[in-house]
Amino acid sequence: MEKPLTRNFAVAPLSLAEYEKRGGYEGLRKALKMPPKELQRLVIEANLLGRGGAGFPAGKKWSFVSMDKDSHPKFMAVNADEMEPGSFKDRVLMEGDANLVVEGAIISSYAVEADVAYMFIRWGYNLSVERVEKAIAQAYEKNYLGKNIMGSGYSLEMYIHTSAGRYMCGEEASLINALEGKRALPRAKPPYSVACGLWGRPTVVNNVETVANIPHIIVNGPEWFRKLSLTAEGGTKIYGMSGKVKRPGFWELPMGTTIGEVLQEHAGGMSDGLKFCGLLPGGASTSFLTEEHLNVKMDFASMAKTGSGLGTGTMTVLDDKTCPVGMLNNLESFFARSSCGWCTPCREGLPWVANILESMEKGTGKPGDIELLEEHTFLLGSGHTFCALAPCAMNPLRSALKYFRNDFERHITEHRCPWK
Amino acid sequence: MPVIFVENQPYEVKAGQNMLAACLSLGFDIPYFCWHPALNSVGACRLCAVKLLKDPNDTKGKIVMSCMTPVNDGVRISIKDPEAVKFRKSVLEWLMLNHPHDCPVCDEGGECHLQDMTLMTGHVYRRNRFKKRTHKNQYLGPFVKHEMNRCIQCYRCVRFYKDYAGGRDLSVFCWHDSVYFGRNKDGVLQSQFSGNLVEICPTGVFTDKTFANHYTRKWDLQTAPSICVHCGLGCNTLPGERYGTLRRIQNRFNSQINGYFLCDRGRFGYEFVNSKRRITQPGKSKIGEIANIIKNSKGIIGIGSPRASLESNHALRELVGKENFYAGVSKDEFETLSVITGILKNSPIRSASIQDVSKSDAVLILGEDVSNSAPMIELALRQSVLNKPAAIAEKLNIERWNDGPFREAIQDVKGPLYIATCNNTILDEISKTYRAAPDDIARLGYGVAHQIDADSPAVNGFDDLAGKIANDFKNAKNPVVITGTSCKNKSIIEAAANVAYALLKIGKKPKICFVLPNCNSIGLALLADKSIENVSADTAIVLENDNFPNKAKNIIAIDYLTNSTTEKAHFVLPAATFAESDGTFINNEGRAQRFFKVYPPAGEIQDSWRWVRDIMFALDRPEAREWKNFDDITAEIANKVPVLQGIVDAAPKASFAMYGQRIPRQLQRYSGRTAMSSNIDVREGKPADDPDSPLSFSMEGYPGQPPSPLITHFWSPAWNSVQSVSKFQSEVGGPLSGGDAGVRLFEPKESARIEYFKNIPPAFKPRDEEFLIVPAYHVFGSEELSAQAPGISELAAKPYIAINPQQAKGLSETIEITLSNTLYQLPVIQSPGIPIGIAVVPVLTGMRWDGSPFRTMLK
Repeated sequence: MEKPLTRNFAVAPLSLAEYEKRGGYEGLRKALKMPPKELQRLVIEANLLGRGGAGFPAGKKWSFVSMDKDSHPKFMAVNADEMEPGSFKDRVLMEGDANLVVEGAIISSYAVEADVAYMFIRWGYNLSVERVEKAIAQAYEKNYLGKNIMGSGYSLEMYIHTSAGRYMCGEEASLINALEGKRALPRAKPPYSVACGLWGRPTVVNNVETVANIPHIIVNGPEWFRKLSLTAEGGTKIYGMSGKVKRPGFWELPMGTTIGEVLQEHAGGMSDGLKFCGLLPGGASTSFLTEEHLNVKMDFASMAKTGSGLGTGTMTVLDDKTCPVGMLNNLESFFARSSCGWCTPCREGLPWVANILESMEKGTGKPGDIELLEEHTFLLGSGHTFCALAPCAMNPLRSALKYFRNDFERHITEHRCPWK
Repeated sequence: MPVIFVENQPYEVKAGQNMLAACLSLGFDIPYFCWHPALNSVGACRLCAVKLLKDPNDTKGKIVMSCMTPVNDGVRISIKDPEAVKFRKSVLEWLMLNHPHDCPVCDEGGECHLQDMTLMTGHVYRRNRFKKRTHKNQYLGPFVKHEMNRCIQCYRCVRFYKDYAGGRDLSVFCWHDSVYFGRNKDGVLQSQFSGNLVEICPTGVFTDKTFANHYTRKWDLQTAPSICVHCGLGCNTLPGERYGTLRRIQNRFNSQINGYFLCDRGRFGYEFVNSKRRITQPGKSKIGEIANIIKNSKGIIGIGSPRASLESNHALRELVGKENFYAGVSKDEFETLSVITGILKNSPIRSASIQDVSKSDAVLILGEDVSNSAPMIELALRQSVLNKPAAIAEKLNIERWNDGPFREAIQDVKGPLYIATCNNTILDEISKTYRAAPDDIARLGYGVAHQIDADSPAVNGFDDLAGKIANDFKNAKNPVVITGTSCKNKSIIEAAANVAYALLKIGKKPKICFVLPNCNSIGLALLADKSIENVSADTAIVLENDNFPNKAKNIIAIDYLTNSTTEKAHFVLPAATFAESDGTFINNEGRAQRFFKVYPPAGEIQDSWRWVRDIMFALDRPEAREWKNFDDITAEIANKVPVLQGIVDAAPKASFAMYGQRIPRQLQRYSGRTAMSSNIDVREGKPADDPDSPLSFSMEGYPGQPPSPLITHFWSPAWNSVQSVSKFQSEVGGPLSGGDAGVRLFEPKESARIEYFKNIPPAFKPRDEEFLIVPAYHVFGSEELSAQAPGISELAAKPYIAINPQQAKGLSETIEITLSNTLYQLPVIQSPGIPIGIAVVPVLTGMRWDGSPFRTMLK
């Protein structure tokens, strides 16, 4: 089984010479000989879906960018502001193979003829910053970056922006606002960033894992890429698992590997004495899945059918000795704290939800609290808020109320957390 | 025009707006917070949620924000949809989680948009049992009170303050449900538009501190339409009174002039009316004596006033005779005023309103620091520079109402704004500047005109800059030239006119905007034909003016505040301020506007024209008998002064009635009426008569919307706050229903031949050690009346002399200078913007200098 994303991890961190010896920057060399539109076509054909969580076809996003002469300056931003609770795939990619990420970013920039690329890296990802910084410096030395890259006539400057550290910065438009030095607030859409993004210019924001796939698609072709997958969605995926399993970790596996396979074969099943209760499949903003979903293939389309989502593909497992209300309390407090404060339902609704959950955990929950929580899962629904933060925050709550309702009720009737 | 469907009924609406604005214009009540007609949509508060439906059979639909939904043809919404109703109610419930519910002690109570919206959405029961978050409040200066706990985070304050008004020291801090709106530390708000926060804030976070010092509820205020007296723009105001003192000024919407906003001088300058320096001593008993003196005088002159009404000025002119009537302004100022009135009367150029300035896409300012001399122009200019870059947004299909994307698309690109002044201005950050002596500023204007039309007189040395300006003007759709009297230099006005003429000649439709020092400068200049320089007479009657430097055997002053003229006067008659009198002012645009008594004057205080009439009675002058009320004297002016014919249409006559009823100055909820004077007489007195207007000093009368000049308050059922203005407009943000108040007296004479001014002044040449002293005006301190308001005097500029640092070498820290025969010691300020050979001195109340430039040696 091919593992293009993690194949260099064993010898990490690589020097550029080592990276090149293992096929590094071949993708860029090949790409620079093609017209950008051709690159876009290849990536559309490869059916690479955005790995940030939304699963939008990457090549298609690029194709929305105007390629007119007067569309410059244009920007590329690589979203490495990984703050989704439970997710750590971008971090391992940047720490494991920073050169691959940088090469992917350069090719992606070329595909939309961006003039400047920003690596927007989460505050606290110090090792990632260090390694990406080195990879960029080395790329400049070899003229993989800078003016007239390898005589192709294409020029690109690349900078690292270390975010000040807000979950909101991971949202595309907030990231752009943060880059502009403004508060990391989302923006009204339309217009979309590909038309009016950074400093009002066409801007593509791609996830780290997305761009890391690009060099391989260019070198090996879209057909090869699609064949890596078990389903129609191309490529491999870095799946992760945390929680009380025997071997928490991450694995690069074919897209469409089932949840059960990851849990049993790769994570080694539940820790001794614990039973599987459910999991958040792709970070805190996806809905809980339970035993009945263990055979679901983990790609965007199949996961969407469950009512949950692939998200980042990094799973958090809930066991029978952990209080689901406590877990929810933890999650919703995070979301309440992460609200940017722009729109009312998110700013005021989430803290109320978090307060209720905390109260339940303390044993001071009241009859009617569950109904109030349920009301919020409707009120903070999609389209009701300015961005997706609050609707996403309602996903784990809505599903928990469905699967673990009894546990919520016990907190109220017993005036305590039954797990304590 | 697109057709939209609301509750399945079709409505034709104007394109290019959002559904919220369209529905409000149609008369639907959709609640909102973050949207404001002047600030547009950002979709933050989520209160204007409605159901968007696909077709008449769609029962599910989806919740959308009406403020963020364009009025595309066929858009179908339901406001009454139960889910939308439930959602809006929830928004209020969320906003009230942390609100302190302190309405009884809140200054906003009774005119609070949050109260209105709470009732409108039906949120009545608190289900949240958790603690409220609390904030610390800040000291924000003498004008604005801060109470952050009441905040509902609509972001209007910072959007107005920073995005709209260009302020920098108010911002949003922190995150999630602790967002905080304030300064980075306690301190005076730096923007001269800070007072608008009081009206922009939908609840009691920002309230009027001067009002708080003598607080009364909105419904207990007696209010009448008025005109700001603190500069020449004629912003429309609504002053409010209780128990004989003026309590506050609020904005009175006028789509052509001030729109929704006022500057801080206009809003907070009113306290001079309550000043301890008010002249209140009786005067009636002295009328006989005054008449005797006049009868026995060898000569009598009248000194008119640029801050007195047309009516009072006219009365005085009638008393003394046209040949003895002098404008109470300096010779230099009168000369510039005369050039301006000449242009207004005879030229083919249209004068610009504030609104016209905000709609322009290329502006040249010659010789005016508008931020200080006419602040509301600054606010308009800050909008005007967005007009040209709007093309960027248009290309991306972003409509202007969609404020977030609009500003993101245009970023900090600014349209052409050129400012030629003697010193730096606040607007420099958004403009291209030229710093020069007044004569050189005029020369630049001539240069620009010549670049636009080669037939206009040429000057040397400006090819580059003038070429750029000319080019921007040639590419503009709505070019505006702004100039004014600040430099007391008529060449500058003439140069500005030449620029406009040249633009007209090449087929553009330019406008010219004049900046004038006083609320009735134009009116005075139309009545008087000479200034006060070097006149002397036995007896002088000085009307509402502290600008009579000359000696006379007998001085009779009619004024409301003591000043150096009233101190040397032999007789002082107590005049009514704008708040206690009626009158007509003519603003910078040549628009005649009426102001009305807010409350009857106390004691023997009366309108100045009534004092003049009393003197004329005593002199047995029969014509004064015709002046029975205000309308009589207004009609007489219209008859006698042809250019002022239109003033009778500025407002309905006193005999006007709505369905037989007068227009009440008091709201229906006015309380304490029967008890107000019970300390004097337990029987309730009859309301004071008002022979001068169709308004009554009462709560009884026509409850609906009167003609615009007579609107005494903005209130509509369920809309108790200033947001109720929308209910008085046929289209939100548009003119008041039936047209805005005021009449333009001068329209461009299209047939007039363009005759270029030709008197190009010679270039300014600095001389050794000799400086040209030019005036600087300050928003706080330069205007005589507002300077008497405690808050404004606290922030007033202090005396100084500013020069270029290159010339400061060898000069001591203070400089002695003689201004109007008085010696001053002024601290030296170094300002790199000031040209060599120029020294800038502020014109301040209390300093005896009218701002006329002069040359002097400085050591």
